[in-house]
Amino acid sequence: MAESELDEVSGKTTTGHQWDGIKELNTPLPRWWLITFYASILWAIGYWVVYPAWPLLWSYTRGALNYSTRAAVGVELAILEKIRGDKMIALGAASLADIEKDPALLTLARARGKAAFGDNCAPCHGSGGAGAKGYPNLNDDDWLWGGSLDQIVQTIQFGARSGHTKTHEGAMLAFGKDGILKRDEIGTVANYVRSLSGLPTRQGYDVAAGAKIFAENCTSCHGEAGKGNQELGAPNLTDKIWLYGSDEATLSETITNGRAGVMPAWVGRLDPSTIKALAVYVHTLGGGK
Amino acid sequence: MNKIIQTDPDQVEDVGPLYAARKNVYPQSVFGTFRRIKWGLMAFCLGVYYLLPFVRWNRGLGAPDQAVLIDLPNSRFYFFFIELWPQEVYYFTGLLIIAALTLFLMNSVGGRIWCGYLCPQTVWTDLFYAVERLIEGDRRERMRKAASADPLKLGRVSEIVLKHSIWLLIAWWTGGAWVLYFTDAPTLVKELVTFQAPAIAYIWIAILTATTYLLAGFMREQVCVYMCPWPRIQAALTDEWALNVTYRYDRGEKRMSVKKANELRALGLPAGDCLDCYQCVAACPTGIDIRNGPQIDCIQCGLCIDACDNVMKKIGGPTRLIGYDNDINIQRRMAGEPPIYRIVRPRTIIYTALIALVGGIMLYALLTRSLLDINVLHDRNPVAVKLSDGSIRNAYTVRLLNKRGFDRVVTIDVDGPQDAVLHVVGDDSITPDRPMVVLGRDGTTELRVLVTAPSEKNTEKSIPTKFRITDIGLGEVASAIDNFVSP
Repeated sequence: MAESELDEVSGKTTTGHQWDGIKELNTPLPRWWLITFYASILWAIGYWVVYPAWPLLWSYTRGALNYSTRAAVGVELAILEKIRGDKMIALGAASLADIEKDPALLTLARARGKAAFGDNCAPCHGSGGAGAKGYPNLNDDDWLWGGSLDQIVQTIQFGARSGHTKTHEGAMLAFGKDGILKRDEIGTVANYVRSLSGLPTRQGYDVAAGAKIFAENCTSCHGEAGKGNQELGAPNLTDKIWLYGSDEATLSETITNGRAGVMPAWVGRLDPSTIKALAVYVHTLGGGK
Repeated sequence: MNKIIQTDPDQVEDVGPLYAARKNVYPQSVFGTFRRIKWGLMAFCLGVYYLLPFVRWNRGLGAPDQAVLIDLPNSRFYFFFIELWPQEVYYFTGLLIIAALTLFLMNSVGGRIWCGYLCPQTVWTDLFYAVERLIEGDRRERMRKAASADPLKLGRVSEIVLKHSIWLLIAWWTGGAWVLYFTDAPTLVKELVTFQAPAIAYIWIAILTATTYLLAGFMREQVCVYMCPWPRIQAALTDEWALNVTYRYDRGEKRMSVKKANELRALGLPAGDCLDCYQCVAACPTGIDIRNGPQIDCIQCGLCIDACDNVMKKIGGPTRLIGYDNDINIQRRMAGEPPIYRIVRPRTIIYTALIALVGGIMLYALLTRSLLDINVLHDRNPVAVKLSDGSIRNAYTVRLLNKRGFDRVVTIDVDGPQDAVLHVVGDDSITPDRPMVVLGRDGTTELRVLVTAPSEKNTEKSIPTKFRITDIGLGEVASAIDNFVSP
């Protein structure tokens, strides 16, 4: 049945295909289209030869150009590192105070600091420095070891209780475990500590006894008014910010077992410019002094 | 009942080639109204294209003085008094919408007149044909030379070399003008001539030289017939009132010689005006016979009208046997009724109204757009910070945009939480309650802004907060709304 015939209306021949009497006109494509089609097949073969194309069992065909996207990225990264290197030298040369005054250096330090923070600090302090129980929030204005740029650099360099010879030392004693205070004394002083920052206390607790216990045991680090001491990393007990929590149970736990959170020393692990950038970043999160 | 048709491969007859060899087109030179319009539009289009990069426009110190400039490295687009930033690319969207609607309008009025007169493919192909005609002669000569068995004669070779050299020169100039839109034109011309221009400029010139040479020199009508989607779209858009290039078969048929027609007319019998002289076919740049009716290959350039009119004038017959007309009028003339034209009809009114609407919206947006802007991004982690005295602090990344060509100073203030204090990190200005910030010309400034407010006065979980900047010199104001969140 497949017979080509002349269609009277269009003057064209049909392909001979028909479906339920509907016939198909033969409308030939231009030949250059066909040639272009074959040319693109040839182009694809050329591509196989020149570029990496075929997976082998343990490797792949590398192609005549020996091109590698990985190597290309490496080259681009090296160029970027070179550009950044120059800028980081400028950052290293500037003083901390100057960096915060110069908008260009501040932007650079914040960007570099943010990247370094994400790589090194975020696991404990959180990606935005919001902290967690036992890990200080770096956005607020409450600082264990001081919130000035120099003090922040010091803390990043040597850490806290990190074992480095220059590290911040000083720890909360384990008053209960070591038998210094009895169980009921701990409860009393915990309530007294809560009263220092205006938190409600348990009804009928012995205020005088609490003040006495506090004066005898705590003031050497936390100060007579409980304002803390940044030399020793002793927190201010009169403010609204609590590293471990302010409820009586948590406070009792802190007094019984002591606290000695550790921050590692970063000197030697991060270069001085990066530490500077980190300090500026943390300082400008909002709480810097 | 349908018969089931069995196809036996052995019985398949040859259905003809599946791929057609190209029929070469040798358009004859024509003179007349539409040819003159085409020359005029060609001169205008090419003139604008080649010369526009050299037009200057003063924008003040530090800004480029090129009237039309696409500044990719700095992400700016300049068009005379307009300067667009990347985030304002929607103006370009609007422009494309207007362009599409204008095509629709042109199509509903005069068919594919865009294709026949203004399309770059037509303009450059026309120019390349003109060069070819100048060097190799008109239709008959070119056909003879193409068919000649002895193409290697010195004269013929020099003709071919000359033609392709001029084509390449035009193509090169086309690519050369293109790159001038992307950087300061006079500087780049100097650099190009002294081979100091960046490699990318030469690469783009080479690419556009190749495409122009290939598309206008060789692909020609094949682009219009096979590659371009517009003829297909156009076929769906056209209607019975659109003025397409139309052969008046009511008047032309039956085709016969002048002598025979005169004899028949003398006897009072009907006779066709068409002499079957094939001048319309010879003039056609896509090589079709317009007398076959509307065809997808027809670009509506009107050259066949000129060719036919010239013949009609010579034999003293009425012109416009081929003309911009519609099918309705052919039917009406056959029925003895006068032709009617409806340029103004619902379709064209709607297109015009839409163009005016979109254009109006764009113009309004352009004239009222702010040259000072502020974007605020709330810190996501932590969303809010409690300070040692119990108050709440939220931190924001604020980006200020100064679209003017000079530096200016703005103050920032915030309106939302009660007793809020605003602080810009790094700022130690003399007005700490309304910090002052210097914005560099034609650029953005990013700030870290801290808003602190007492918790007892702001107990809501989230308070809408307005950040406002005020230009202390011009008084221009911009603002953005964000939230102040409590922990």
